[in-house]
Amino acid sequence: MSNWATIAPAITSAFLASLVEVVEAFTIVLAVASVRGARPAVGGTLAGLAVLALIVLVFGPAVDHIPLWLLQISVGVLLLLFGMRWLRKAVLRAAGIIALHDEEAAYHKETAQLQEEIRRQLTRADWLAGLTAFKAIVVEGLEVVFIVIAVGAGRGLLWPASFGALAAGALVLGAGLALHRPLARVPENALKFGVGVMLSAFGVFWTGEGLGVPWPGEDLAVLVFVGTFLAVGLGLVALLRSRAAPELAR
Amino acid sequence: MSTLRQWLGEFVGLFVEDGSLALAILAVVAGAALLAATTAPPILIGLLLLGGCLAVLIENVMRARRNAPPR
Repeated sequence: MSNWATIAPAITSAFLASLVEVVEAFTIVLAVASVRGARPAVGGTLAGLAVLALIVLVFGPAVDHIPLWLLQISVGVLLLLFGMRWLRKAVLRAAGIIALHDEEAAYHKETAQLQEEIRRQLTRADWLAGLTAFKAIVVEGLEVVFIVIAVGAGRGLLWPASFGALAAGALVLGAGLALHRPLARVPENALKFGVGVMLSAFGVFWTGEGLGVPWPGEDLAVLVFVGTFLAVGLGLVALLRSRAAPELAR
Repeated sequence: MSTLRQWLGEFVGLFVEDGSLALAILAVVAGAALLAATTAPPILIGLLLLGGCLAVLIENVMRARRNAPPR
């Protein structure tokens, strides 16, 4: 039976992960709007959302026909691949080994690329701009759809997870419309760290459930896994930083 | 066609960025699945999954640190 120990992490994971993805998509759509105006940006966004809705409508019902153990293992493995990838990158970024993602820089890069493409093919300017917005929405949106399915499908939590994702979308859209600039102050790495921890914890939980592991404490085991991944992740950051300090002093 | 290939690449990239990390995770899951096919206590499978994933993360991060260009 689902309780708040699984519902709350599902909503939180979907919300935080979607927040990161929607911010990235918003940066690109904003770049399109600044180069070619609102029309191709809105057109590409709406077309992208329509494709996403179609994907969900076509593939969503199929989830109900997959045996539960197979769904749990599949989702668990995908969550591990997805979550540990984010956690690894967030640890390396937090420790200063790889550079932090910068939404302002991403915005300027996207704007410059689009202007260059348009300069080369002037007659298709709006089409290219619309396609750029469309691609951003579909690619980042697919990540959101996957996250919602991954954290929600195993225990019938698709609605709470969808709610988390929709709340993130509404928040970014509201803030973006108010500011009219890239949301550069979102602490993206901290979010990715947190989401990586939660998705990895869910991944271990669902994979184990699919393999028939009776977790002690049942759903509460997720919280133990969250704490363990968090402790290991923070420990790694501290270790890498402490090793980097003497090197920098030399 | 190249756009489609690029999109496919981006989709695969959602899950696989560092091939060795993905392979190590799959190896841990395969090991746990093999153990599940034996008479091993189920909790041992759980411990292998959790411990294996943590070990994979630690090894991968430390390797990335060693291979990082000097600052």
